[in-house]
Amino acid sequence: MDLNPLRAAPGEAQRRGRRWATARLDRRAEQTLGALAVVVLILIAAMVATVFIKAWPSFSHNGLSWFGSGGDVDEQLRAMQRATPLPGHSIYYFRAWPLIWGTLLTTGAAVVIALVSSTLAAIFLTEFAPLVVRRVLDPLIRLLAGIPSVIYGLIGILALAPWINEHLISRSRKESVAYVVQLNGANLTTATLILTVMILPIMVAISANALEAVPRSWQEGSIALGVNRWRTIWRVSLRTARPAIIAAAVLATARALGEAVMLFMVAGSRGFAANPLDGLTFLLEPVRPLAATIFEESDGLTNPAISHTIYAIGAVLLVSAAMLSLAGWASKQQLKRFGIGI
Amino acid sequence: MDPLMPPPVRRIALDRDPYVAPPRATSNGAEAAAAAAAPSRARGERLPASLVRERMRAESVWLAYGENWVVRDVSLPVRQGEVLALIGASGSGKTTLLRSMNRLTEITAGAARSGRITIDGQDIHDLEVNDLRRRVTMVFQQPNPFPMSIFDNVAYALAERPGRGRRRRRSPELEKAVADALKRAGLYDEVGADLDRSALSLSGGQQQRLCIARALAAEPEVLLLDEPCSALDPISTAIIEDLIVELRESVAIVIVTHNLQQAFRVADHVAFMHLGELVEYGSSVQVFDRPQMQRTRDYISGAFG
Amino acid sequence: MATAAPAVGPPGPVIAGGRRERTSSWPLADRVGYWLCWATGIGICLITLGIVVFMFVKGIAYLKPSLFVESPAAEAVQSRSGGFLDPIVGTLIVSILGIAIAAPLGVAIAVWLSEYRRPSWLARTVESAIEVIAGTPSVVLALFGLLIFSEGFLAFLSQRASNGSVYGRSFFAAGGVMAVLAIPLIVGSTREALSQLPVRLREASYALGRTRATTIRRVLLPAIRPGIATGTVLGMGRIIGDTAIIKILLGVALVNEGVGHVPLLSTLRGTGATLTTFVFENSPAGEGNAPQKAYAAAFVLMMMVLVLNALVTWLTGRSGGERSKPRRWWALARLPLRSGR
Repeated sequence: MDLNPLRAAPGEAQRRGRRWATARLDRRAEQTLGALAVVVLILIAAMVATVFIKAWPSFSHNGLSWFGSGGDVDEQLRAMQRATPLPGHSIYYFRAWPLIWGTLLTTGAAVVIALVSSTLAAIFLTEFAPLVVRRVLDPLIRLLAGIPSVIYGLIGILALAPWINEHLISRSRKESVAYVVQLNGANLTTATLILTVMILPIMVAISANALEAVPRSWQEGSIALGVNRWRTIWRVSLRTARPAIIAAAVLATARALGEAVMLFMVAGSRGFAANPLDGLTFLLEPVRPLAATIFEESDGLTNPAISHTIYAIGAVLLVSAAMLSLAGWASKQQLKRFGIGI
Repeated sequence: MDPLMPPPVRRIALDRDPYVAPPRATSNGAEAAAAAAAPSRARGERLPASLVRERMRAESVWLAYGENWVVRDVSLPVRQGEVLALIGASGSGKTTLLRSMNRLTEITAGAARSGRITIDGQDIHDLEVNDLRRRVTMVFQQPNPFPMSIFDNVAYALAERPGRGRRRRRSPELEKAVADALKRAGLYDEVGADLDRSALSLSGGQQQRLCIARALAAEPEVLLLDEPCSALDPISTAIIEDLIVELRESVAIVIVTHNLQQAFRVADHVAFMHLGELVEYGSSVQVFDRPQMQRTRDYISGAFG
Repeated sequence: MATAAPAVGPPGPVIAGGRRERTSSWPLADRVGYWLCWATGIGICLITLGIVVFMFVKGIAYLKPSLFVESPAAEAVQSRSGGFLDPIVGTLIVSILGIAIAAPLGVAIAVWLSEYRRPSWLARTVESAIEVIAGTPSVVLALFGLLIFSEGFLAFLSQRASNGSVYGRSFFAAGGVMAVLAIPLIVGSTREALSQLPVRLREASYALGRTRATTIRRVLLPAIRPGIATGTVLGMGRIIGDTAIIKILLGVALVNEGVGHVPLLSTLRGTGATLTTFVFENSPAGEGNAPQKAYAAAFVLMMMVLVLNALVTWLTGRSGGERSKPRRWWALARLPLRSGR
């Protein structure tokens, strides 16, 4: 210990100096990190802004009827490619209803089917399945959730579509509509089936986890009152897990909406508005959802008219995704109650 | 009593205790004298023999989890009109025996049983399990009300009863049944004003009484209570103990408790179990004052537990 | 009294428990529900096994070691010539580039959101922005990337066409947008790991007089390494599976062609292929002549996904000895899932 009073020990002043220095460093670190976070924010804002700016001409030339129907989407796109406008319309003429309808059909049907089957499957996994089945299925479902969509598309286009073409579409049916559209294996049914299989794994995983999180005491209490197992699951477990299942459905919808590659490969490349009034043929008509359209036309983006139109479609997808994000976030807040972190 | 034995623990008699009932004349003069000597509510009050009848009977029941026999050769009657307390140290098998009475032990893999339990003469394993559980209901140690409204909780078992059709919510019969159950459980005064509140907003004692009301709504014949007050404060405990004594006239009650004082306060008959065996069974007066087995004496005096 | 009870059994028959509740006495509606559950469960088993087995069988049937070392050849009979060396290299380049950009950025943002969060309106906005990215279809991200890389100030990162307009397609472009794809996963995983850290860790560090920055650098970040790694692996999984971004920002060539003469930079500025576009091109949806190669490449892709999944399992098993249950694998993403590959 240095007792010399004339030499200041690494004392107050120096320590204060060091503290100031580290405090400055700390502030700088905070500012740097904050700046990086703002970069991401700017990125998103820029993305939204540029997409909308690029999309504006298409919207401004078509107005609200951009969302309506009127003519063949493929014709309109071809007209833009050839830079010769359709008679009586501007080059930007576009009626996206067939695409929107295709998206609604595929996404809606897939989510509904997946919701029901994933709930039932989750109940099966958590309540009725033998342990061995559960152990085998867990990693398999995880693998399935991670498989890239192009592989699903491959299975669809090489296995499912030909099978449907051969066995479900009879020649007479094809001939009956041949004057309007060609029926083949790439159609609404194939697309919906594969889309359902794509979104099932993650929904099953989330639902199963939510069902497992239901406190055992409630289930035991219900059983001790003489309520059978199924009713217990229905009235207690499912009711408790409902917010999680809804959140899973919202997430799955977001995924289905944005699916481009797989749908491009199996949904059929005609921008055709499948007509429910066609009866059974309705299920076998080709569709082309929005995201798949972007994917298909992505080669021709140097053409200004097509570019604006495609960005307009992108803008519609962006807005839908943002709304779904908000809905998903809102439903996830409910999950915090049960400690299920998604 | 052995002069060297410490006296059994009694509740401290308070002056002007409003719950002390004057001792009634019973058929057994000696018991009346004993009851008068120790002022405690309900202990001396046995229901007249005409109101007591046997509902369930366990005959040579053996229960095992895996390799160990947890309950060995236990035979007991369960009577409506009285409260049967199962006492014993942890691991004595009393909870397992209780759970076997409404076949709750069946849902555990690796559980095995032998012997017979009958209700009104019928083997419980011949009955349909959900029917049995509606007749023999259970209240658990931790209050477990469902995450629904109070009304829905109490109406839960009622809405499931087959054969009466699905009762629509808020039908007058359902409302009356719910109100009756809440009154029997002593909860109606406190919550009757707003039955749509979430059941989870009630206090612990109220939740447990709600669970009792839920169990009573099915109008069971036997009520099984698994240490119902161990998680509650003394006031709620006192309320529930009063409740139990009131209910014994209409429902046979079996209560498992590790709290000797509670058994002392509440029970008419006491069964002491140790390591799975039924060591002693008798009226509560007899078991607490004049235990016949050494082990019983040791347990009651606190030598182990 | 201390004597153990004798190990004698009951005289009568012993009946085992653990039986499932007999459903024969249930009302019809309940039985239907029960059977539907079983049917769906078995159906899911069959579908899952079917897909996996199908891809395995087809993949192994067409997989040859030579495929790994040969580049795709420009021949008419695609099914018998060439391999997929270039696409594999392409996949690796894109994922490494994407993660290299996304990981530091993602961790930085996660740390800021978790430890600093000032001002709070900014933090909430950033969180919403990340949710929006996570939910955006990758095609839309690709469109935006095209704008930036072909018309923005980043035009130097790809080649210029003869008329002066920028092509806008290169590994740089694809890697950059892939980074955006991976950021939400990394942010989510890192934040999750940070929130799982016990409070005493931070308290101990602050009690010793350390600043927040030092605490983060020396205490927190090392402690959440498994969490960061998990996020990175999840991000990689998402990157290698995406086709739309690659098609739009890298083109559907089958070989990697560099631009310019600087060795590494030329490849990154050039176009190329990844396994996903390779599969796409060889399927009937693309040029379509070689489904065999498509199956083989798809098999390789699936193996990569399998390896990454196993890595995630191993990492989540390691992180947090205080937790008794391993984290659910999808819970780490913590944000809306992958959408629109």
